[in-house]
Order: sequence, then C-alpha cells, then structure tokens
Amino acid sequence: MGIADFTFYAFAIVIVTAALLVVTARNPVHSVLWLILCFLSAAGMFVLLGAEFMAMLLIIVYVGAVAVLFLFVVMMLDIDFAALKGEMARYFPIASLVGLVLLMQLALLYGSWAQAEGALGLRQAVTPDLDEVHNTKALGLILYDQYFILFQLSGLILLVAMIGAILLTLRKRENVKRQDVVAQMHRDPAKAMELKDVKPGQGL
Amino acid sequence: MDAFLETGLGITLLIVAQSLLVVGFVMISLLFLVYGDRKVWAAVQMRRGPNVVGPWGLLQTVADALKFVVKEVVIPAGVDRPVFFLAPLLSFVLAMLAWSVIPFNERWVLTDINVAILFVFAVSSLEVYGVIMGGWASNSKYAFLGSLRSAAQMISYEVSLGLIIIGVIISAGSMNLGQIVASQDTGWGVLGWYWLPHLPMVVLFFVSCLAETNRPPFDLPEAESELVAGFMVEYSSTPYLLFMAGEYIAIFLMCALISLLFFGGWLSPIPGLPDGAFWMVAKMAFFFFLFAMIKAITPRYRYDQLMRIGWKVFLPLSLAWVVVVAFLAKFEVAGGFWARWAVGG
Repeated sequence: MGIADFTFYAFAIVIVTAALLVVTARNPVHSVLWLILCFLSAAGMFVLLGAEFMAMLLIIVYVGAVAVLFLFVVMMLDIDFAALKGEMARYFPIASLVGLVLLMQLALLYGSWAQAEGALGLRQAVTPDLDEVHNTKALGLILYDQYFILFQLSGLILLVAMIGAILLTLRKRENVKRQDVVAQMHRDPAKAMELKDVKPGQGL
Repeated sequence: MDAFLETGLGITLLIVAQSLLVVGFVMISLLFLVYGDRKVWAAVQMRRGPNVVGPWGLLQTVADALKFVVKEVVIPAGVDRPVFFLAPLLSFVLAMLAWSVIPFNERWVLTDINVAILFVFAVSSLEVYGVIMGGWASNSKYAFLGSLRSAAQMISYEVSLGLIIIGVIISAGSMNLGQIVASQDTGWGVLGWYWLPHLPMVVLFFVSCLAETNRPPFDLPEAESELVAGFMVEYSSTPYLLFMAGEYIAIFLMCALISLLFFGGWLSPIPGLPDGAFWMVAKMAFFFFLFAMIKAITPRYRYDQLMRIGWKVFLPLSLAWVVVVAFLAKFEVAGGFWARWAVGG
C-alpha cells in the first residue's frame, strides 16, 4: 500500500466517522464541529485527486464561511435536549421508513443507471488538457470562457435570492434613535475639543 | 550523504528538520516581537517598558512564557472540556500551519504548492474557529459576547482581504508566492514592486490585516473596558499562552504576506544590491513595527464604525479595484504595468 492509498483510507475513515458523529453527537455544537472535520477531510480528498484549487475553495467557502454561520445559529439557539430526545423517539419509525424508501430508490437508480453514448467524450472535450494547464486555469477557462453566460446567470440567481432574503427581514421601525454617520464625520473638531500643546517629557 | 537523503528515512528526516527550522524561526522571532511590541508601546507613552530580565529586558518574554507554563490551569465550572482545550490548540496550530508555504528566499520554502496564497487564506479563515470555540466553551457571557464580536469582525474583513489578493493574483498571473515575488523583479528595485501599481489597495490591505488579527484600533473582541479580555477571559496558564502566541504568529504572518504580495519579498529595494532572506526578514520586522506603532497611537473604533467601514467602504472599493485591475491587465495599460505574468512565468 503506497502513501497515496494510505492517505486516501485515512481521509475516508475520518470522513465516515465524522459524518456518523454529526448525527449521533448529543450536543448540536459538537455536531457542527464534526461536520467541519468532515469538510476538511473532503478537502484532503480533493488534494489527493490533484484538484488543489477545489480543496482550498471548499475550505474557504464551506468551512470558513458557511459552517461559521451554522455554528453561530446553533450556539445562539436555546435547545432543550430532553425534549429533543423525546421527540426523536416518537418520530423514529416514520423517519426510518423515509430513509429506507430513499435508500431503495437510490439502489434502483444505481442498478439501472446507463450513461448516454458519447457522454464521456463530450465531457472530456470541454476539459483542457490537464498536462498542459494547471487545474485552476482549466477551471477558469471552462467557467469564464466556455460557459460564461450560464455562470453569470447562476450568479444573478444567487444575487436575487440574497436581495429577497434581505427584503424579507427588512423592517422600518419608528422612534428608534440611530447614529447619523455623515453628521458625525462632519463635526468640527474645533468646536468639540480643545487642543493643548504639551512639551515632550514634561506633561501638563 | 546524498544517497542517504534519497531514501525514505532521509527524506523524512530532512522534512522534519526543515519544519523545525521554520518553527524555530517563528518561535524565536515571537519572543522578541512581543518584547519589541511592548518597547515601542512604552516609548510612545514615555515609559521604559520591560527592562529588568536580561540585558535591556530582552528576556522578559521568556520569563513570561515560563511563568504561564508553570501556573495552574483553572477550569471554570460548566465548561465543555474537550472544546475548551481544543480552542487554544487550534488557534496556535493553525497560525503555525500557514508558515509552511511562506517563502523566505528563492526556493527557501517548506512546501512550494501552486495555490500557496489560497492556502494561507484558507488557513487564516479557519482561525476564527479558535475564537468561536473558546468563547462558547467557556460558559461565560462575556467570553461568548467577545467571541461573537470577534468572529463577525474576522469574517467581515476576510472578504476585502480576499478581493485585494485577487488583484495581485491577476497582476502576477500565479497563485504561487514565489512566482508572485518573481514577477515583481523588474530591475527597477523598489519601484517595480506591486505597492506602486496597487497603491490604494496596500493601505486597505494593511488596515484589513489589523482588523483581521484583532489588533488595535480594531481590538474590540478584547476591549478591556467593556469585555475584560473577550473570548479568552476564562483562560489561564498555558491555554492562554497558546492563544496569545497564536495571535502574535498570525500578526507576523500578515507582515510576511504584505512583504511578499506588495513589497517584493526577498528582493532588494536598490538595484545592484544582492537579494536575499535578509530583506524579507527586514521587511517583516518593519511591518511589525508599523503594527506596534498603530497600537500605540490610535484610539479604538466603535463597533458599528468597524462594521460600516468594512462592508460599506472596504468591500466596494476592493471589488471595484478587482474590476479595474482586470481591465488594466487585460489591455496591458502603461506597457503592462499591471500585467506581469510574462515576467514571472
């Protein structure tokens, strides 16, 4: 077993264990922390695949930003663990039924999954030769050259979603004292404070 | 000897020795950086600063570190023990980890990866976890409030840091720190470095670094007058030492990053003088001096001002600059002043 194989299995075992612990951890904050470990190991997998740009992006976006927000929300919730456990016991049968159905559907799909003819060739045709260009460059060429419009459109959709979320939570409240930053910045220092010329080493 | 270094054991030993060298450099610099920070601070306030332990008080930090290590670790009631101890370890290890891709001279780098700048950025975006975990696990209102403030602040300023770095990457055409420095080597010395084409962003980058590392004037997470010591208020002894060391290492890393991205790393400022690691260390020390001076002479920002300047001033400015640089580089304005990818390779 080479060092690459060893690394793969190490990361794989960590991913699966961490994912299990996300579900089974009693404390929701611990769950999020295990999820972060899971993300980090997945980034390690990307490095093993030679896609170091994707790995760094996964860490920056998911671990550095998304998981921080998860952690924020979970930390600030006041969760009653006993009640949560009671609820879980009640809904366990139906939840396991849903899970079983999902698993069966996935198995059926996997069993009857056939690739269209030439799909692989089509996919490879758009990918620049990785021996010649670095994977960051290859990704950039695909996103910003070949699929420019699609990429920009998906960005616009995200922007619309963001504006929508802001609009939903925006409310104007009356009788609230706010700080007027412009007025603060345009205050005249001469009116607000008195300057003393202090000689070095002497004090006032 | 060469034959031994080709074997598996030889390679392992070599990597361990190199890593220890970098760790040793950072740790020893740390001792004197903390001392220098306090001395500069004291000089501005017309005090003497540390001057008792060792000649001119040079060994003060060693004494402080020893004192922290031999003190009792106080664990407050109701803390989440694993997370409580994981937090300081995490912030120290992550701060140290980013040094593995920082070059000190041409090819003097532990791991020369293609996405080095992204790696540094990724690791520094993880550093926020030490703060959040420490604040949450302490089971204290003040620590929790401090950690929330700190996390919000670090995330806000990371955005503009990232955008400014994109401008440099566009100019250099590479994410490898060695190649970014190489593309600044134009034979013009100090005038060829990226601080000139990216002039407005250098200031923004420096200020964002101050905010990102929770240094004054943006040290709201530790605001003594309102939050005691922010997220680390419940920490004592060695865990506290690890937090402090992690913070200073992160600051020093930012100094290295500014030197590499905008001030030519190991390149000499005057054409004709030899390049070398000396220049890199000198530049890092200079920027640390600036950090220390700013700590001494600026009053603390208010929290809403901090958030406002981050999101409403720095973010739009740096975003606009990315677009401007992209155009300037694409059309090779001013003889490729912004487009140096032909130089670095």
